[in-house]
Amino acid sequence: MNDYLIASLRLAVPLAFAALGGMYSERSGVLNIALEGMLLTGSFTGTAITFYTGNPWLGMLAALIAGALVGLLHAFLCVSLYVNQLVSGLAINLVAAGLTAFLARLVFHGASTQRLPGIEPIIIPGLANLPILGVFFQQDIFVYLLLALVIASLYILFHTSFGLTLRAVGEYPQAAATAGVSVKKVRYLAVMLSGSLASLGGAYLALVQIMFFTEGMSAGKGFIAIAALIFGRWHPIGSTLACLLFGATEALQLRIQALGANIPYQFLVMLPYAIALFALLGLAGKSKPPQSLGISDTPKR
Amino acid sequence: MNEKYLKPILSPLIAIAASLMVGAILILLAGANPLTAYTALLQESCFNYFGFGNTLTKMTPLLLTSLGVLVALKAGQFNIGGEGQIYLGALGSTLVGLYVQGIPALIHIPLALCVGFLFGAIWGAIPGYLKAVRGVNEVITTLLLNYIAINLVSYLVQNPLKAPAAPSPYSPLIAKSAQLPIILPQSLAHAGIILAVIVAGILWVLLVRSPLGYQITAVGFNPTAARYAHISVERTIMLVMAVAGGLAGLAGASEVMGSKYRLFEQVSPGYGFDAIAIAFLSRGSIGGVILTSLFFAALRSGANVMQRSAGVPVTVVYAIQGLTVLFIAISLAVEGKRQRE
Repeated sequence: MNDYLIASLRLAVPLAFAALGGMYSERSGVLNIALEGMLLTGSFTGTAITFYTGNPWLGMLAALIAGALVGLLHAFLCVSLYVNQLVSGLAINLVAAGLTAFLARLVFHGASTQRLPGIEPIIIPGLANLPILGVFFQQDIFVYLLLALVIASLYILFHTSFGLTLRAVGEYPQAAATAGVSVKKVRYLAVMLSGSLASLGGAYLALVQIMFFTEGMSAGKGFIAIAALIFGRWHPIGSTLACLLFGATEALQLRIQALGANIPYQFLVMLPYAIALFALLGLAGKSKPPQSLGISDTPKR
Repeated sequence: MNEKYLKPILSPLIAIAASLMVGAILILLAGANPLTAYTALLQESCFNYFGFGNTLTKMTPLLLTSLGVLVALKAGQFNIGGEGQIYLGALGSTLVGLYVQGIPALIHIPLALCVGFLFGAIWGAIPGYLKAVRGVNEVITTLLLNYIAINLVSYLVQNPLKAPAAPSPYSPLIAKSAQLPIILPQSLAHAGIILAVIVAGILWVLLVRSPLGYQITAVGFNPTAARYAHISVERTIMLVMAVAGGLAGLAGASEVMGSKYRLFEQVSPGYGFDAIAIAFLSRGSIGGVILTSLFFAALRSGANVMQRSAGVPVTVVYAIQGLTVLFIAISLAVEGKRQRE
């Protein structure tokens, strides 16, 4: 049971980073279908830098920066050029998939890396042996970072003036602009933050979970993160819980597969997607996105 | 040439040139000569008989699927589920090809195509229904349905549909009478491309010259206004999503019936995602869809040859495709901005 909880939590981490990132972007009114590409960018940059330096922490740092740059591109396209936000996101996903696959062959001399030096979990003696709660005391630092970020996001979003501004920009950009807020600046910041967080999730996937890079390894996790974001109603805790649910489903899937149960593995792989679909169905009409989500701010005349 | 005709294609052309340029840098990075690589790409995909046949084969699913995306787009719906719909269509036609036997090709082929269309249409109608009736965002539902479809087909070809003693997961061959004829002898080009072009023609008439097309466009422009004009927005959304799915299903059917003759795990190597890019890049014009899908098909068909003759990894082509989409999106946005100012 404990093992299962640990696995669920670990599998949920990349999703939760991405979903949290998506939350900042979408709360500011910029649709972020590019999460998938940002995850992949993080995975690739993280492993490439780790591959060259042998230091996974530098890899993580590089992923943060690369993610911010992808965010900058998305923001530039959507906010400054008024490109359709969906198109921009899809284009970024395509470029990220193609470019990382190409560069992987160049950098690693093959489609994937060998096993990399990973980041080991920190086990707090004593507390780690607690039943159920012990799960939280034997994780790697990024799990703790994630928990801190969720709490911080909750505070930032609902208890600071920046959070208020961010939400105002996502709901009524014109009103925010009238109040002297630079809508563009807020959106750039939010989307870059979004890229960094999603990219960190990707680097976590590669450096902590799988410990190598292979082309297309994000495998739809970015889209699951978006589903979690919608399911969690664009709320830090809600979307993180949704990610935990998806993590638990994936862990269950791996477990049943390992047990060699008589269920074809394809149905188990399908499970998170099917659950996400039903989750959206159950929420229909109840989950309200930020009002100006997806609408590029029309230029003032 | 008249400026009216030149202008809309100028910025996409510049964007394509720009992405080829970035692609050239990537090829240089890979230690190959871009000129050799591009020459091989162009030569093999367009000016070589077998290569051109291969391009037409790849163009068929791309064209059909992007027509589907385009139809949905006209009504303001983003169909990101082409990939899954292709898989379902391929499944439908495979079932007809395998289990309906002993009827003449004249009946068998249309029947298999129709069932392929139907399977895809169902896969498209689900998100259409959810959007129209329950207000669930179609982007995310179509995406999720992709993964479900891919895994469903994977299960089927590994278990109940697996050919006896097959070394890898694929179904038995479909009946001869359900196979599309080859149109260029000694090449891979099959009748699917003719079907795709005819479908494009029918869609053009439907969208540009019929009241239904007017309805669809009205819903796309302004659903509220359309509602005042007594157009059922919900019905239109469900209809376009079903048609979009059906067209992608037809793409899957033509892959099975025209080139593979059986159901494989990887029926589509991402045609559904390319189709989204193609439909967007064509700016709503069916002629544009035909040209752009030809371009993407040529890239895909030349990619392998490029790898063999110039030592450039195939993945560079995927990078070029992504960059093309990116640059064209930018060029269209800049153009739009200039017009507004």
